[in-house]
Amino acid sequence: MRFELTEDQRDFAASLDRLIAGADPVGVARAWGAGDTAPGLSLWRRLADQGVSALLVPEEAGGMGATPVELAVAFEVLGKHAVPGPWVEAAAYLATELSGEAQEAVAAGAVATVAVPPHTPYALDADVATQVYLAGSDGLRTATPDEQLTSVDRTRRLFRLRAGGIHDTADRAAEAFDAAALATSAQLLGAGERVLAGAVTYVKQRRQFGREIGSYQAIKHQLADVRIALDFARPLVHGAALADDVDRGRAVSAAKVACADAAYRASRTGLQVHGAIGYTEEFDLSVWITRIRALVTAWGTPGFHRARILQSLTATPAGAR
Amino acid sequence: MDLELNESEQAFQAEARAWLAENVPTTPLPSMDTPEGWALHQEWEARLAAARYSVVSWPEQYHGREASLIEWIIFEEEYYRAGAPGRVSQNGIFLLAPIIFEHGTAEQQDRFLPTMATGERIWAQCWSEPEAGSDLASLKSTARRDEERGGWLLNGQKIWCSRAALAHWGFGLFRSDPDAARHSGLTYFLFPLDAEGVTVRPIAQLDGEAGFAEVFFDDVFVPDADVLGAPGDGWRVAMSTAGNERGLSLRSPGRFTAAADRLVDLYGERPDARVADRVVDAWIKAEAYRLYTWGTVTRLADGGDVGAAGSVNKVWWSELDIALHETALDLLGPDAELESRWLDGYTFSLSGPIYAGTNEIQRNIVAERILGLPREPKGAGR
Repeated sequence: MRFELTEDQRDFAASLDRLIAGADPVGVARAWGAGDTAPGLSLWRRLADQGVSALLVPEEAGGMGATPVELAVAFEVLGKHAVPGPWVEAAAYLATELSGEAQEAVAAGAVATVAVPPHTPYALDADVATQVYLAGSDGLRTATPDEQLTSVDRTRRLFRLRAGGIHDTADRAAEAFDAAALATSAQLLGAGERVLAGAVTYVKQRRQFGREIGSYQAIKHQLADVRIALDFARPLVHGAALADDVDRGRAVSAAKVACADAAYRASRTGLQVHGAIGYTEEFDLSVWITRIRALVTAWGTPGFHRARILQSLTATPAGAR
Repeated sequence: MDLELNESEQAFQAEARAWLAENVPTTPLPSMDTPEGWALHQEWEARLAAARYSVVSWPEQYHGREASLIEWIIFEEEYYRAGAPGRVSQNGIFLLAPIIFEHGTAEQQDRFLPTMATGERIWAQCWSEPEAGSDLASLKSTARRDEERGGWLLNGQKIWCSRAALAHWGFGLFRSDPDAARHSGLTYFLFPLDAEGVTVRPIAQLDGEAGFAEVFFDDVFVPDADVLGAPGDGWRVAMSTAGNERGLSLRSPGRFTAAADRLVDLYGERPDARVADRVVDAWIKAEAYRLYTWGTVTRLADGGDVGAAGSVNKVWWSELDIALHETALDLLGPDAELESRWLDGYTFSLSGPIYAGTNEIQRNIVAERILGLPREPKGAGR
């Protein structure tokens, strides 16, 4: 029993963190939202070179054959830096669901995206993806982007899809959905951590009534509650990454609910302690506030995940839970 | 990273599970805060000790089995899963014993630990005073040197002393140097509650039972042999217990995962869509606590310590305990007000955010020591 990240896993996170931090990720995200996808695609390429797209792809298909723990580690870093692009769709969902050449292309870093109605009805960044799919009960269809929709998060470029022919009848849809929900949970966690860190820095600088606002208990307790919520969300993410097939769906749902709650609490608190400046688009906090709001309902709403947990718990006798 | 128990841990788990299945009383014991319940709980402690399950992590010479921290948590999970009684000796085992192991003399260890392990002598925690709750540094009860007899004379008053209404001995801090700064000049004493000059006045709690008491000291003599750690060093000695109480030792996750399981069962018996999300949230939080604890155990095994993270932990389990029980009461509907195990648990849970340092204090610790936020200036309400 060693329920802590290994040194390799921590090193992997640190190297991704350095790479992204050095690439002006907020600038990349803002450009992406404004329609200039070139810097984002360049960052995509560099992260793909580090193996992020290939983590869940087996080695024989040109992947890393890593575990969901590495996936969670990587996506926490992506969330921390609000990296734009269909990462969950490609590196989590499609890397799991696809097979053959299409999977190898994802592992090699192709920008791929997917819509999985009803939980994920629109395809993220379908206009820049070289592979676009629509998942249905009869399998995975190729698709083409149609109307573009506006997300609360300007960096999420969502599209309705026009379905094409059946591409793949692979039956790993449930596993792929859980991989996507797990990756989204980890992203929320990273985003929540980033907002908390920014809020802590700010309340140590900002002074009102003659002292730093971070010395007021009313501010301290709100931020302490964010710290506590994030601290207890992370083990659920890692627990879900280690779960076996029997427990996986429930464990992933628990992680998604807890990470959504914790990150959303972080975003609300972060906004509150920043005051009016936090409410502006210009201030970088806006990138995370809107990203978190979007991810709370992406890949299964909290309501869906809670219902899935309850269904699983009540269907399982106490001794086997 | 993994969550797998090794072979010997699995064997330990199977053995504990089997013993508990065989030995846990089939009907719940009466409250330990009543004289008859107290006696039955002491008997249970003796039975646990005879099977060397009362203090699994202790050395064998003191009735333990030198279990690892992982095995201790495994045992606690099995203990609560089996629905075993609350531990009447928990203040001693979890709060005092770690201090005796760390700061006590060999003579004190030999004298105090065995009867603690068997439940023969039950210890009460005597920390708070009327003017000093979470702010232990403002304690006023005094210890005056008695050179002639080789000891100290205790005077003053302690309050909210858990288990003191029926316990045999107490432990607490007294101000032994009135001129020293707030945190200095405190000494950690052990004393019999039937000593001359001690008056114990039980205080009924919300549930009507005397779970704690006021204790008055009127020139109570304590020999040097019953001072724990160096005189004047009591603050440092006590802080190691505070960490234990807030952190791992008092609130192993087994208690909450077992309650979450019972809550899910209750929901199965009385499904109510309006409460469903809260059942799920309570279960998620208990699960988060279980996993978080495995992370803590891993860090401790690697030589780390709990530190200020104990405050994160304390806020979590205390609020989780209330959420679990409030949700159960809401499922029970009009029957919620009737005597039940859920109602007992609910009443007990209400004390969680208050004792062991209020949750307001814990949030300050999280904000200042973990997030690095500035302290409130003097005179700003502290």
